[in-house]
Amino acid sequence: MLTFTLRRLLLAIPTLLLISLVIFFLVDLAPGSPASEIPLTVPAEVRMKILEAMGVNEPVYVRYGLWLKQFFYVEPLTGIDAIFGSNYAEGMQRIISYQTRSPVFDIIVQRLPQTLIVIGTAYLVGILIAVPIGIYSAYRQYSIFDQLGTLLAMIGFSVPTFFSGTLLIILFAVGLGWFPTKYDTTLTVTDWDTFWQQVRQMTLPVMTLGLANAASISRYMRSSMLENMGQDYVRTARAKGMSERTVVLKHVLRNSMIPVVTVIALGIPSIFGGAIITENMFGVSGIGSALIGAIHANDLPMVQTLAFIFAILIVLFNLIADVLYGLLDPRIRYD
Amino acid sequence: MTDATTAIEKPASQMRAIWQQFRTHKGALFGLIVLGTLILAVVLGPFLWVPEKMSVAKAIMLKNQGPSWRFPLGTDQLGRDMLARMLDAGKVSLAVGFVAMMIAIFVGTTIGILAGYFKRLDGPLMRLTDMFLALPLIPLLLVMVMLFRDRIAGLVGPEMGAFLLIVFAIGVTSWMQAARIVRGEVLALKEREYVLAARSIGAIPRRIILRHILPNVVSPVMVAATLGVAEAIITESVLSFLGLGFPPDFPTWGRLLYDGLSYMQIYPERVIWPGVAISLTVLSVNYIGDGLRDALDPRIRGR
Repeated sequence: MLTFTLRRLLLAIPTLLLISLVIFFLVDLAPGSPASEIPLTVPAEVRMKILEAMGVNEPVYVRYGLWLKQFFYVEPLTGIDAIFGSNYAEGMQRIISYQTRSPVFDIIVQRLPQTLIVIGTAYLVGILIAVPIGIYSAYRQYSIFDQLGTLLAMIGFSVPTFFSGTLLIILFAVGLGWFPTKYDTTLTVTDWDTFWQQVRQMTLPVMTLGLANAASISRYMRSSMLENMGQDYVRTARAKGMSERTVVLKHVLRNSMIPVVTVIALGIPSIFGGAIITENMFGVSGIGSALIGAIHANDLPMVQTLAFIFAILIVLFNLIADVLYGLLDPRIRYD
Repeated sequence: MTDATTAIEKPASQMRAIWQQFRTHKGALFGLIVLGTLILAVVLGPFLWVPEKMSVAKAIMLKNQGPSWRFPLGTDQLGRDMLARMLDAGKVSLAVGFVAMMIAIFVGTTIGILAGYFKRLDGPLMRLTDMFLALPLIPLLLVMVMLFRDRIAGLVGPEMGAFLLIVFAIGVTSWMQAARIVRGEVLALKEREYVLAARSIGAIPRRIILRHILPNVVSPVMVAATLGVAEAIITESVLSFLGLGFPPDFPTWGRLLYDGLSYMQIYPERVIWPGVAISLTVLSVNYIGDGLRDALDPRIRGR
């Protein structure tokens, strides 16, 4: 298992390097170069100075190398400095956003909590809805509940989140006025009142994403349960005279959770991608909306860095899913 | 003698067997009817529903109208007939879905067959597939559209440019599933006796692939293709929703929804119509895919 994990980790390095190359060069092809953002009234020599200071005059492979070094060396060191109060990264050039002229990672660190709170809750809510539905649908296969669940799940992953979110806004925020339409990022939870406000403003985005996730996870849960229900060990457990409850919730559920857990792990990075829409719609200023803002503003370093972080998340969670599968299911041996 | 042959019951063709199975899937039948209606509506609709020609000044007077006999879906903020816009938008949305799917399936099948059939290519091509699977697609699509929109618009005009760019971008980022499925099938198929027989009589790889292997991977590819249409339509509307899709005078359902968002509080129907259209299309395509999967699987079909 350990050798497998190590081998996969080593294999991830060239993959990530290749992805970083693709992302960097694709974004770098941008016709809207930083030079076009400088007003034409700026004299030519000053313009040259500005470009030089931004470091965009270097050939592309130099900038790529520098960006890699900043991403994998300078920024982690800066992180260590921030945690332990040391000063390893002092005087080193960090990745600077064109938009705000501040380090990209500072913006990400500011924005990440918003994303994690909203999206994390949504994913959790989705799982909590999906697992019981999946279990019951499988236990009573072809019952009314199961057919209704199947229909709702089909609708759940056919209706795109931007439409279901809009419908929720029209219904609950505009029509009934129960929840605010926009998420207030500046709100800090200090007492019960602000906590309640936070819960209210989180409800709509969490519902939008949570329902979409619940739809697909409940399907996996159902089919995995169905696969295990017909197994011999279930019959044995019943023959031993165990209660239905123990059979279903202990024996079958545990075995059925193995593929579901890996599906959940695999879904986490795509949540960040899908969150771009939800964040944009509800005005949650997380990293998804930071990415959209950066794309609209031609902020190349920000786009490159964020896109690469998304890629790292995908590779990482793929690895985690594989390792989890091996750990949970002793029948699977990678070596 | 001829009478005797006609007396024998006509063996059910494979297509008929598939159709029989497909018909038993209620959702798939519903999907087929809904999708057929939608396609008919967007293809024939513009001929049957010709919005009246009027000057800009007159159109502006008629802006933001509710549903009426003259404007069944009302008018938008510029006095344009919403029904005509919905039909136009639907044509583009569906065209994007189908063309993008065809690109994705073509690329995916080619890569899958090459990887499955030629051992030397298997490693590199599958690593490429893995890499594409690890790319953050929505951010990259946004970047691609943002970066190349103006350049391509300069070459072939803004409308065709947006269409080509988006279709191509979606196509080249969604072929991976098809490639994996096809590779798996080809790996199993090429060990079959009939492929060995073909090889033993000296058939060249091109002929083996085109005549013997390709026809046998059609059914999984068809299922992947159906689901690919749904995915492409959703991806396009996401791009439009984020303001990076089609221009407003060449709308898709996603773009109409995006335009309607600003008036959501007063005229919610302007968001609901395109949203319902997208959702219905995707739902019916998903159901058709579901039904096809059952119908094309001989293990299920027999029962």
